[in-house]
Amino acid sequence: MVSLVAGVRRRLPASTLGRNLLLVLAALVVVVLLLELTDPFRNSQLATMSYYAIAAAGLTVLTGLNGQISLGHGALMAVGAYAMGLLLNTGVVPFPLAMLAAAAVTAVVGVVVGAAAARLHGPYLAGATLALAIGVPGLAIHFDGVFGGEQGLQISSPRPPDWFADVIYFLFANEAGSAKYFAYIGWLTLLAVLLLLSNLVASRYGRVWRAIRDDEVAAELAGVPLGRLRVLAFVVSAACAGLAGAVLGIVVRLAAPSGFTIVLSLSLLTAVVVGGLGSLGGALLGSALLVFLPPAVTGLGMQAGLTGVQAAQLAPLAYGVVLVTVMLLAPGGAMGIARALWHARPRRRFAQQPANTHRMDEEPSTTDATEPGGRT
Amino acid sequence: MASPEQPDTHRSNTGTAGASPGSGPLFEAEGVSVRFGGLVALDDASLSVAPHRVHGVIGPNGAGKTTLFNVCCGFVRPSSGRLTWRGSAIPELRPHRLAGMGIARTLQGVGLFPGLSVVDNVMVGADHRRRAGFLSALFALPRSDTDERRLRAIAMAALRELDADSYADRFPASLPYPVQKRVAMARALAAEPELLLLDEPASGLGYDEITELGALVRTLATRMSVVVVDHHMDLVMSICDRITVLDFGRVVATGTPEEVRDDPAVIDAYLGEDARSPERSRDD
Repeated sequence: MVSLVAGVRRRLPASTLGRNLLLVLAALVVVVLLLELTDPFRNSQLATMSYYAIAAAGLTVLTGLNGQISLGHGALMAVGAYAMGLLLNTGVVPFPLAMLAAAAVTAVVGVVVGAAAARLHGPYLAGATLALAIGVPGLAIHFDGVFGGEQGLQISSPRPPDWFADVIYFLFANEAGSAKYFAYIGWLTLLAVLLLLSNLVASRYGRVWRAIRDDEVAAELAGVPLGRLRVLAFVVSAACAGLAGAVLGIVVRLAAPSGFTIVLSLSLLTAVVVGGLGSLGGALLGSALLVFLPPAVTGLGMQAGLTGVQAAQLAPLAYGVVLVTVMLLAPGGAMGIARALWHARPRRRFAQQPANTHRMDEEPSTTDATEPGGRT
Repeated sequence: MASPEQPDTHRSNTGTAGASPGSGPLFEAEGVSVRFGGLVALDDASLSVAPHRVHGVIGPNGAGKTTLFNVCCGFVRPSSGRLTWRGSAIPELRPHRLAGMGIARTLQGVGLFPGLSVVDNVMVGADHRRRAGFLSALFALPRSDTDERRLRAIAMAALRELDADSYADRFPASLPYPVQKRVAMARALAAEPELLLLDEPASGLGYDEITELGALVRTLATRMSVVVVDHHMDLVMSICDRITVLDFGRVVATGTPEEVRDDPAVIDAYLGEDARSPERSRDD
């Protein structure tokens, strides 16, 4: 098994970009199959998952890697969604350009919030970003001439072009509705975001963000400008949230204050925690849980003979139980469990690698240290 | 640990410390005072470190040694006094600028990043020597990969120098304390500093490890100046070219280990006045 892993690793491209591109291309194949093998209802669920995952991926970089908590990512998604709506409704801006602009606008908001956040820690930071989550939807109501007030802003989403329907029909003999088109937009955006974020995580920035999270005094002494890198993490994360908001705008065709309450921010945070803080794969898993768990639980409830209302009330309960269970049994989240399983076979690995035993002979005290729960 | 070079060869020029030909002191703190509220932590303290010299700072607990270090690192802003680096004054010292200036510091304890592997820890120490920017990292351009390879090579060289390269992929918590201290030292060396500030490098180490540490510091002095704060008097006396003794925030003596050892003020500081002349103090 180990030699197999080593063999695969040796065949991977040496460059970071090559490795990450290969992963994303493999993911793309899976995504296309998934979207083509499922019905329009599942397609629209997957589209919903895509924008949750984009925002969660950005949040996991901020909270997991850099140690800054944000309860305001729902509000940042609102900024992206409203920017998207205003741009699309002009009727002249093509949607890819509008998405980039929405991300850019949200990134600028991220600079302002991040600059304030860089000076705050723990509960103070949570409080400050909570204010954002409460305040931004209020702004949309106050300036109802521009943002449509409580009713929200109708967004004229792009129509699937003819070439899209042709390609889908030619390749898979499937009909291409707008649900599928939106799902493709969402997932292609998500894959691009994951590619760029994994580049960053593998680079100097990922390392230095984690160093700041672990020990800011030591990081500062090593020459790391704390404030600038904290703001940068916030901006990157905000840009992702803005992009997520833009995709949400396209998929839902509406940006309304009720869609961006504190519940959205908290959902993102729980998705990130359940998946495994700091892991992009975990963000993806957490978002899937966010979208697919409630209907699955409701379905089970209906089968068990509950009324529709009762079954619907079961979903938040199940979600809460999952969250509490994960926190108690596996604080590292789903990815933490996967990693623990991966590392749970040290003895066999040592048996296959005599090079390691040689090292342990040199430094006898380290033999204990390799045992989990041994000396520290 | 260090190369088996004889420490004695370096000690031969002990007497001429501070008088390296054609260059003044590398780092100087002059007349530094620090007050925390009503408490005077440092009172008109001065420290002058010559190039390629090992300078010890000793003193009883609470004498202000760590405060002096914190002033030298920009963590504490002195209420008066000035700092000079390579002959020019430093107007406002900020901790994150140290590495770029050529000053590295280790922390009391180890201060490693628990979430980073050993080699990543050391690469953070070399971080100010990066060349690639944000966009090349975002798009993983070849520039960024080249930079990473270069930093990794620097980090591995520093780990090899401290005989800790076999732990490169381990996480700090899984290593014995003395190895963690070596990794922390490697992180400081990866910055390739001209001035290395060591805050209690021998704490928690055994006798053999302290001997190795002493030999290492002497080897390092061929490349950089070293300032050591430590309680192990044997270590400080054997490796330092000059020693500054602090007591109640004041410099009570400066000189070679031999001069400082016999200085009455130093004996007073460590053992109290009674120890030197019990008769006289009773008469007082």
